[in-house]
Amino acid sequence: MLQLFKTRFEQGKATVAFPFVEKLAERFRGLPRLLPNLCKDGCRACADACPTEAIRLAPLRLDLGACLFCGLCEEACPEGAIRFGEEYETSFRTREAMVLDGAEARLATALDARMRSLFGRSLKLRSVAAGDCSGCAAELTALGNVVFDLGRFGIQFVASPRHADGLVISGPVTANMRAALKLAYDAMPAPKIVIAVGACAISGGPFRGSPAASDGVPPDFPVDLYVAGCPPHPLALLDGLLRLLGRIEGATNGA
Amino acid sequence: MSAGIPKAAAECAFPNGGAVSLESVPALPLSALTAAATEARDRQKGLIALLPLVEGAASRLLLLLSDPSNGHLSASSFRLEGAKEWPSITPFWSAAHLFEREIFERTGWKPIGHPWLKAVRRHRELEADGDAPAHPFLRAEGEGVHEVAVGPIHAGIIEPGHFRLQCFGEEVLHLEIQLGYQHRAAEHLLETGTPARRLAVAESIAGDSAVGHVLAYCTALEGLAGTKVPLRAQAIRGVALELERIANHVGDLGALCNDVGFLPGAAYFGRMRGNFLNLLLEISGSRFGRSLIVPGGVRFDIPPDLQARLLGTLDRDEPQLEDMAKLVFSTPSVLSRFEGTGTIKSAAAVEFGFVGPTARACGVPRDVRSDHPSGVFQFSHIPVAVAEGGDVMARATVRWLEVLRSLRFVREQLESLPAGALRREPGAPRRSALTVALVEGWRGAIAHVVITDEQGAVARHKVIDPSFHNWFAVTLAVRRAQVSDFPLCNKSFNLSYAGHDL
Repeated sequence: MLQLFKTRFEQGKATVAFPFVEKLAERFRGLPRLLPNLCKDGCRACADACPTEAIRLAPLRLDLGACLFCGLCEEACPEGAIRFGEEYETSFRTREAMVLDGAEARLATALDARMRSLFGRSLKLRSVAAGDCSGCAAELTALGNVVFDLGRFGIQFVASPRHADGLVISGPVTANMRAALKLAYDAMPAPKIVIAVGACAISGGPFRGSPAASDGVPPDFPVDLYVAGCPPHPLALLDGLLRLLGRIEGATNGA
Repeated sequence: MSAGIPKAAAECAFPNGGAVSLESVPALPLSALTAAATEARDRQKGLIALLPLVEGAASRLLLLLSDPSNGHLSASSFRLEGAKEWPSITPFWSAAHLFEREIFERTGWKPIGHPWLKAVRRHRELEADGDAPAHPFLRAEGEGVHEVAVGPIHAGIIEPGHFRLQCFGEEVLHLEIQLGYQHRAAEHLLETGTPARRLAVAESIAGDSAVGHVLAYCTALEGLAGTKVPLRAQAIRGVALELERIANHVGDLGALCNDVGFLPGAAYFGRMRGNFLNLLLEISGSRFGRSLIVPGGVRFDIPPDLQARLLGTLDRDEPQLEDMAKLVFSTPSVLSRFEGTGTIKSAAAVEFGFVGPTARACGVPRDVRSDHPSGVFQFSHIPVAVAEGGDVMARATVRWLEVLRSLRFVREQLESLPAGALRREPGAPRRSALTVALVEGWRGAIAHVVITDEQGAVARHKVIDPSFHNWFAVTLAVRRAQVSDFPLCNKSFNLSYAGHDL
C-alpha cells in the first residue's frame, strides 16, 4: 500500500491542459500550408512523390482526406511550396473543405443548435474498426488515458451502439465488415452522428483501390466530421470532437 | 551446418534477407513433401511459410523454413502434377494448419486430409445469409453445454474478429477464432502499387508494428538489389524497432493491469507507452515511427541534440518505469490473476510453431534477432528473454524483461551512433529471384517473401505477420479456463487482426 502511494506521488499529474498544450515535437507534421505561387510550370515532383495521389497540379491542390502526412511531397518540392506546419488541427465538416489550395483551411465548425443541445455536454461514441490497421484505433484508445482524458469533456466511448450518439469509423471499410458496420449504425438511436477517422476511412488511404474494401466510409453513412491523419494525433481527434460540439471555434490555436 | 545429412540438393539455403535465383530452388516430386515436413518438424525448424507457386502451367508448393541451429533460411518446392492436391502435412505438423487453409482459399488446391479445411479470410459465405455458413463452427453438444459468440464488433475500441466459445457452465471447452473481417488485399496492393504506395501499405499492414513491417519490407527489397545499408541507418532502424517494442509491451502491461482491475498500473503504464511513442515522434514525426524507414536506409537522422534529448527522456522515464513494474509485480491481487491463467505447454508452442513472446513465455527461446540476425543485430546482441510456465504471468514477465533489454540496447545505440550516410539508393532488383526477410517485431517474427519475374518486377509478395502463427495460442490458452478469463488471456498476446487478415 505504501508503495502504491509512493508511486502515485512520483507519477504526478500527466493530463494535458487541452487546448493549451505545449508545442509537439519539432518533426511533427501537422496541417500543411500550400504556396501555389511558388510552383514552376510543368513541375510535378510533389505529385509523383505522393503515395496516395492526393496532389493535383495547375493549380496546386492537396486533398487532406487522402494525405498520409508522410512529408514526401514537402521533401520533393524544390520550391518549398508545401510545408507541413506544427498545428495538429486537421478536422473538417465536408470532404470539399479538405482539399487545400493555399487559402486558410476551413476547419470543422459546430453542429447545429439542436444537435449541440443534445450532445454538447454529453456525447457517447461507439468505435468500429473496419479494416483499420490499428493505428487509428490505438490513437482513439489513447484518448481515454490519463494524458488526454477524454472523459473530462463529457465524451465517452461506450460498448454498445444502442448507448451511442455517434459512430466513429476507422479503416477503409472492408467488404467483410460492411454488414457488421451497417448493423451497428442501424442499432444506434436517432439522431446520430458519424465521424470518419484517418485517411483510410476518408478516402481509402493506402488501401484506395483495394478489391477487398470500399474507398472509405460508403455513402450510406452520412459523415458529420472528418479527422485527417495517418493516424491522426490524439490531440487532432480531441480538437475535432470539441469543434463539432462548438466548444472550440475559429482558426487554429497553434500547437 | 547440415553435415552428415544426405540432402544437400533437397533445399537451397540462404541468410536472412539474402536472395537466391528461383532456378536454384529445388523442384522435388510431391512425394518428398511429407519427408521434408517431418524432418523440419523433428529438427524444430521454423515454418516461415508454405506457399503456392504458379509458373505458366506448372504448379508447385514452396516450403520456406528457418533453422535456428545454424541461422540458415531455406527453400524447397514440390511439384503438383495432374490433380491440384497434396497429402496434408497438418495432421503431423500442426504449424502448417493455416498455411494449407490459405492455399486452399487462394487457389482451390486441396490439402487432402486437412482436419479443418475452411476459409481463412474471404468468408463471404459466412455473411451471405447470416445463418447458413458453408463451413460451420466446431460445436460441442450435450446437457449444460452452451455457446458464446463474440464479435466481429467487440465492446472496446479494438479490431474486429469473431470468437465462438463452446462452454460447459463457466468452463471453456473450445474456442474457434474466425478472422478475415480486416482483409484489405494488402498483398495485392504490394504487388501492383507504385513504389511509394507499396511503402505506405507496408507501414499499414499492422499499425502498431509499422516499423517492424516496413523494416522487413525494405530488407526484402534491399536483398533483391544487393544493397548494403549504411551502418548509421541500420542503427537508427534498430532504435526505432526497439522503441516500438518497448511502447507496445509497456502499453500491454498497462492493459493487463486494467483487465485484472489494478487501475494504477493501467494508468501509469498507459501514460508511459505514450512517452515512448513520443520518442518515435521526435525521430520520425509520427508516433508510430511511420515515414522513417525507406528502401536503402532511413529518411531522418538523429543529430547530437536529438540524441541528447532522447537519452535525457530515457534517464527520466526508466526509473519511473521500474518503480511501476516493482509495484505491479509485487501486488498480490495482480499476481493471483496472472499466475496459472491461460497456460500453454511448451510442447504445444513448438508443435504449432508459435513465435515471439508467446513462444518465449513457454521456454522456447526463439528470437529472430539472435537466431537469424540482420541489420544492426549482427553487431549488437540483445539477450533472448525467456520465461517458463506459459501463462499470463510468463508472458507479462517476458514482455517486461524485453522492455529492460531493449532500453539498454536503445541507449547503447544512441550513445555510439556510427557516422556515415543515411541512405544508399537500391539498384535494380535481381530477376527471377526469391528473397525472405525476417524481422523480430514485438509480437514475433515478421516475414516478407518477395519473388521477382524475368523483368525483375514483383510477381509475388507474401506477408506473414507473427499473429498468423500465434492466433491458435489464444485457443489453447482458454481451453479449460473460465470464460471470464478470455479477455485477460487475449490481452496477454494482443495479436493483430489486420496483420493476420492482410
